[in-house]
Amino acid sequence: MGMNTDTEKQSKLSHLPSDSGHYGDFGGIFVPETLHVALKQLTEAYQTAMNDPEFKNEFQRHLSEYVGRPTSLYYAERLTKHVGGARIFMKREDLSHTGAHKINNSIGQAMLTVRMNKKRIIAETGAGQHGVATATAAAKFGLNCDVFMGTEDMRRQQPNVKRMQLLGANVVPVESGSCTLKDATNAAMRDWMGSSDSTHYIIGSVVGPHPFPQMVRDFQAVIGIECRAQCLDQIGRLPDIIIACVGGGSNAAGIFFPFIDDHDVKLLGVEAGGRSDQLGDHAAPLSFGGPGVLHGSRSYVLQNKDGQTSPVHSISAGLDYPGVGPEHAHWHKSGRASYTSCSDKDALEAFTMMCKIEGIIPALESSHAIAQGIKTARSMKPDQVVVINLSGRGDKDLEEALRLLDDMT
Amino acid sequence: MNRIENIFKGLAESRNAGDTDGKALMPYVTVGDPDLKTTGQILLALQRGGASICELGFPFSDPIADGPVIESSMHYALSRDLKVEQVFNMVSELRDQLTIGLVAMVSYSIIHRWGDQAFIDRAAEVGIDGFIVPDVPLEESERLYQRIKDAGLVLSILISPNTPLDRAKEIAKRSSGFIYLMSRAGITGESVALPEELPDRIQALREVTDLPIAVGFGISNADQVKTVVNVADAAIVGSALVRRIAENREHGRDAVVIAVEQFTRHLASGLKL
Repeated sequence: MGMNTDTEKQSKLSHLPSDSGHYGDFGGIFVPETLHVALKQLTEAYQTAMNDPEFKNEFQRHLSEYVGRPTSLYYAERLTKHVGGARIFMKREDLSHTGAHKINNSIGQAMLTVRMNKKRIIAETGAGQHGVATATAAAKFGLNCDVFMGTEDMRRQQPNVKRMQLLGANVVPVESGSCTLKDATNAAMRDWMGSSDSTHYIIGSVVGPHPFPQMVRDFQAVIGIECRAQCLDQIGRLPDIIIACVGGGSNAAGIFFPFIDDHDVKLLGVEAGGRSDQLGDHAAPLSFGGPGVLHGSRSYVLQNKDGQTSPVHSISAGLDYPGVGPEHAHWHKSGRASYTSCSDKDALEAFTMMCKIEGIIPALESSHAIAQGIKTARSMKPDQVVVINLSGRGDKDLEEALRLLDDMT
Repeated sequence: MNRIENIFKGLAESRNAGDTDGKALMPYVTVGDPDLKTTGQILLALQRGGASICELGFPFSDPIADGPVIESSMHYALSRDLKVEQVFNMVSELRDQLTIGLVAMVSYSIIHRWGDQAFIDRAAEVGIDGFIVPDVPLEESERLYQRIKDAGLVLSILISPNTPLDRAKEIAKRSSGFIYLMSRAGITGESVALPEELPDRIQALREVTDLPIAVGFGISNADQVKTVVNVADAAIVGSALVRRIAENREHGRDAVVIAVEQFTRHLASGLKL
């Protein structure tokens, strides 16, 4: 997976990253020297594991028996009729154990932790989904687990805090900066700098220094691998377009990557457009930001003219992040994937529509992809196919969504 | 010759001449904490107190290599809307009064946003002598190093306690001015005791480089400075000084400057061998 040389055809992107962890101009390793040994060890452990059939089989077994994979590819018939355009299919990641795609990555990295003989895992979390997934994997593999979470997010996502604690994890409150996801990420990286001998840091998205963006993508690629086979099986062909929400970008990378060399399949990422396109009002670095360095890699970021990270806003805590994975930056720049943004308001409307028309409560994150999916499908022909990655379920968002809907009416 | 190289050359000469003060004290301060004008006076106080080189911390919103003391100092400076250009202007206005070396401790996020060349040119123009870029490791340093070198400045790439010796050798080859050796892994902050293996580590590095060796992370009093300069060429003190600045903020500029000068004199007393 992604380990081939740079000599492959230019039009193919599946061979990336390079050995040095670069995706064209993006990616790399921008972290203090202290982490060099840990990252090198991780890269080696990961490469060995991915070439070990036993590791792959065990990973598949956990995904099937524990996570409940494969998740279905669902034809949203009523939504399709309601919209009146292309046929809309949904990849049902919301049906995974813990309610979102995040668990795929946490299981894979927890298995690596055991292989590296480390006893403790740490993670950052915003909405709490990655924290819950990692706490779950920690319980399953008998590892100690500390989850760093901004105090502002702890307030907004109380049920997930309780869930992590119930699963035996220690939730470490982070009270610096904006007290949200980026600060939790800083805190986790700092912990790791002093603890990497005994601790593995499970980053929750396709961000951070190499090999994290590649590793998380590969653990999430099961989404796209399944989806590709299901499309051929159920529809008899590949879809015309795949749409996924993008915060750090792990669910999007997971579903896009197995299609990356299928040039007839369009890929569309949807960022959090928030309240407006003004800096501070959204969380859409590919749409409104520019190249920058944050949390260990070069990608697109939201920052001011001095390189200071900007505040971000989204109704969805899981998309509320000022950066994005470096591979998305490369897909964006190379034109292989397109990226757009969806406002808070449109995401909420899609959230409601999905509940009423399909009987599915989607996560607010996924609602961004659904809103764009509806818009895109409407402009397409009935014989065309749109796949939306329904990355997670919305139970965690009920309180916030109801409050916001109240405010709107 | 670059000022940093000159400073270490001068210290080596006085050591060879039998002087007892041939080692360097390198304090770190966050520029703009509590405000730019005070930072200017702090630099003069460091000079009077016996520092040879100052590390100028450019405040950054997400300093992952730093502990809580330096992080909150950076956030304090940024909360007062500090801009990078103001840092350069402050240095430019003060450079004539300073004989100490000035090394910019700056995140690559800031340099990258400015553009490598634009940032380095402006730093050189205002009289900054060198760079420490904590989030650019060896693998990503080649182009940056060349540009810094071409501008006549020095670059110190950090060496961690867990850096293998052959890699440390590569880092030493790529560095100029001085080697920055971290006394312990992790983030910046004060320690009660320095690691016992430090002298052996320095000895091993001496065998692979002729550059002066500065030791940082965890040094917070004159005794620790003495322990360090017994085996190394310079002692770097950050959090202990930054904490004193923060503690004196509410007492006004004069109190901050007096506290800095007193503490610097205390630390410098550890330089006498």
